[in-house]
Amino acid sequence: MWTRLKALIVKELLAVLRDPRSRLILIGPPLVQLLVFSYAATLEVKNVDLLVLNRDAGPWGQELVQRLASTPTVGRLIRAAGPGELREGIDRQRAIAAVHIGQTFSRDIAAAHPADLQIILDGRRSNASQIVAGYLNQIVAGLAADIAAGRPTQGGAVAVAARNWFNPNLEFQWFMVPNLVAAIALLIGLVVTALSIARERELGTFDQLMVSPLRTHEILIGKTIPPMLIGTFHITVYILAAVFVFGVPLRGSLVLLYGSAVFYLLAVVGIGLFISALAATQQQAILGAFLFLVPAMLLSGFATPIENMPAWLQPVTAVSPLRYFLVIVKGVFLKDLPAAEVVRNTVPLMAIALVALSAAGWLFRRRLE
Amino acid sequence: MAEDVVHMADVTKRFGRAPPALEAVSGTIGGGEITGLVGPDGAGKTTLIRLVTGLMRPDGGALTVLGFDTGREAPRIQAAIGYMPQRFGLYEDLSVQENLDLYADLRGLPMPERAGTFDELLGFTDLKRFTGRLAGQLSGGMKQKLGLACALLRKPRLLLLDEPGVGVDPISRRDLWAMVQNLTREGVGVVWSTAYLDEAEACDRVLLLERGRLMFTGPPAELTGRAAGRVFKLTGLAGRRRPLLARALQQAGVVDGVIQGEAIRLMLAPGAEPSALARGVASAGAIAPAEPRFEDAYVDMLGGGPGGRSKLAEAATARMADPAHPVIEARGLTKRFGDFTAADGITFTIPRGEIFGLLGPNGAGKSTTFKMLCGLLKPTAGEGRVAGFDLRRDTAAARGRLGYMAQKFSLYGDLSVAQNLAFFAGVYGLTGARKAGRIGLMTEIFDLGARRGQSARDLPLGLKQRLALACAVMHEPEALFLDEPTSGVDPITRREFWTHINGLVEKGVTVLVTTHFMDEAEYCDRISLIYRGRSIALGSPDELKASAANADTPTPTMEDAFVALVRRSDAAEAA
Repeated sequence: MWTRLKALIVKELLAVLRDPRSRLILIGPPLVQLLVFSYAATLEVKNVDLLVLNRDAGPWGQELVQRLASTPTVGRLIRAAGPGELREGIDRQRAIAAVHIGQTFSRDIAAAHPADLQIILDGRRSNASQIVAGYLNQIVAGLAADIAAGRPTQGGAVAVAARNWFNPNLEFQWFMVPNLVAAIALLIGLVVTALSIARERELGTFDQLMVSPLRTHEILIGKTIPPMLIGTFHITVYILAAVFVFGVPLRGSLVLLYGSAVFYLLAVVGIGLFISALAATQQQAILGAFLFLVPAMLLSGFATPIENMPAWLQPVTAVSPLRYFLVIVKGVFLKDLPAAEVVRNTVPLMAIALVALSAAGWLFRRRLE
Repeated sequence: MAEDVVHMADVTKRFGRAPPALEAVSGTIGGGEITGLVGPDGAGKTTLIRLVTGLMRPDGGALTVLGFDTGREAPRIQAAIGYMPQRFGLYEDLSVQENLDLYADLRGLPMPERAGTFDELLGFTDLKRFTGRLAGQLSGGMKQKLGLACALLRKPRLLLLDEPGVGVDPISRRDLWAMVQNLTREGVGVVWSTAYLDEAEACDRVLLLERGRLMFTGPPAELTGRAAGRVFKLTGLAGRRRPLLARALQQAGVVDGVIQGEAIRLMLAPGAEPSALARGVASAGAIAPAEPRFEDAYVDMLGGGPGGRSKLAEAATARMADPAHPVIEARGLTKRFGDFTAADGITFTIPRGEIFGLLGPNGAGKSTTFKMLCGLLKPTAGEGRVAGFDLRRDTAAARGRLGYMAQKFSLYGDLSVAQNLAFFAGVYGLTGARKAGRIGLMTEIFDLGARRGQSARDLPLGLKQRLALACAVMHEPEALFLDEPTSGVDPITRREFWTHINGLVEKGVTVLVTTHFMDEAEYCDRISLIYRGRSIALGSPDELKASAANADTPTPTMEDAFVALVRRSDAAEAA
């Protein structure tokens, strides 16, 4: 049995590695994903252009403008001459937000009245403008705190010092690169596996395998191991890139990470095999793979938190193996996730792997009738 | 004869860095006659047809069709020709009528003319009864006829047919031929591309292509003439004829030889003495002159057949014949897909050391029967056994005793020759010294050493064939399953292949072969003729031919026998 299995595994690896197009699939998309997601698709808002209309003649208006200008996230500070210019600036998207300081701003502060400040945001870019609103609130809160501090008689002012644990500088890449470790293994694992049986069926070599002494389970094992090896290779490359290129701290145990990765890959390959057993042609296999891939990505919490999804949709996320492995990867990287938590998230992966592989085996046998 | 419709002068076409698909082809195609575009797969037939349609431009040389240059005036050419590509070009999910309507729209057939044209074409192709049927559910022959009807919607001046005879039963093939012949009487020029040499023989003129080069152009009889007076038939042979053929091919003065039922057909070198040769081959038996065929001349032109020795068979260990236990058994094999019966109660037994053929057109059920026997399909009823095992139920070890060679040589194209051999050796459980020894032997026997590192995909067709056989017999199987093993290969490669098979059979290997190739059927000891899912005749090639003999055709060919037996079966069913 080992002789046959070894021959099959070697053949599968050779078939992938000797075909220039397959080689491209193995190298191209992972590289592109790494570059795109790590550098271009950032969720941070930097270099914000701000419009300011300061109609206040007093010192506090000037102080606020100074503070806005010296904030590192603010790129250009455009001073508007009147409300009309403010409106037009937002309309033409010259700035994402505008700050309107009223005439009585300093006077109200001096008189210890509540001072009003108008912030106008571009709702068309809702995500970015929400983040900008957060920044502006922080700056204004800082100013308010200093005003309060300058008047010790009033007292009661609370200074808030926010600390982001696990990612103190809120480095976007610390969040994204560990995510990619999981996502790339899903993409490549699924595509390579989905193609493997469909390609043989299309070329007619599948019958050749079926009349050989290889048993059905041997064929399935032989088709499972090579994509897992390839997936492990990709995961390793991404972990190395995360640590040495992007400087993401690796705080947890690599053993736990690789241990759970085995079951993650098993789940992914199982689903790939199921798609492959279902498809009659390579075209169907690729379509099937993406039909699973896109929802699996969206429902995994990769880009949007699962907690934000509607309640009825949240249970559906349970079938995405990416969901569990994301928790593990991010946890192991950023906060030394304890073994018990890793296991708790690995068990669903085992379940998905078991179901997918059995279904693939069943379908595989059935298609032979 | 009408004037020439196509002029080719040094037409060359290259794809990438591969050797040219067509190299300096010059010639003409005449109007009002059938020009056979003949050659094995990969010879450049389809490329030439596509150049003529103006779908591709030649890299060198000049090509004019109906007086128009294919490079500059392709639309005018396309308006005046009919083209039927290899895979019908039909929409399988549309009905016969919808296909016709669609093509009428595409070809811009005016509405008022349609009713008349459809009626004429449907009558001509005998498809009137099937206008509502989906094209995908037609038989191979009916699909070809519908394809032809679509190509004829606007009467073309030149009709290009790319391998219309593939996968079509002999009756439909004769019908198609008759239809096309009718067209030539109206002055239409017809190009009929084919890998079958019997089709080539019937053409008015042929262009014989091999690896992109034009080997011969002219009437087929002109080529056949070179073999005149040198073809003989050895009959009344005592003993097994395969070793006799092998011995005959070793004699000096024998250029080529094939088995033809109980007889052996030999082509001698010019000046060789037939009676002396006959005595050298067999003590009993008579030698008589036979009519030369296109194939004889073609083989002669290529320098003769490959000889009778099979190093493969010489290296094989002999297995004792054991008539009590058949190696392959089919008992009432039946397969239904829904309400369609693909195979109905197929029964036969094959003793050790026999070649058994399943003969029939595509879709008749021979592949279904074949697949049930080697364990790829589960029979709905009945049972198949190989070497005493039911391959559906028994262990993988049982499957290790059979060798399988699929249609189109299913090798792994991305793997090199050596890697393919290593893979099949491993899958059949060969290890260590035995593995190395068998791979070395196969490499030597099939002369693959120089190509060890080359990807199987890039091998020429003949070498692919050799590699596929090497992979199939690596583990010395006792039963060999061959599915259309030599379709589309040149006659030399086919002879080489059968020399090995003949040799193995003499060593006690049992062979089951499917074919729709009438000549190939002659190599078999016995044949089951499969038609519409049933075995309508079973016997030796000579018995089948004899059963079809009548006053009109006293010595019928295999194809004549096939046609007669099918007609008889149809008549019995109608009665």
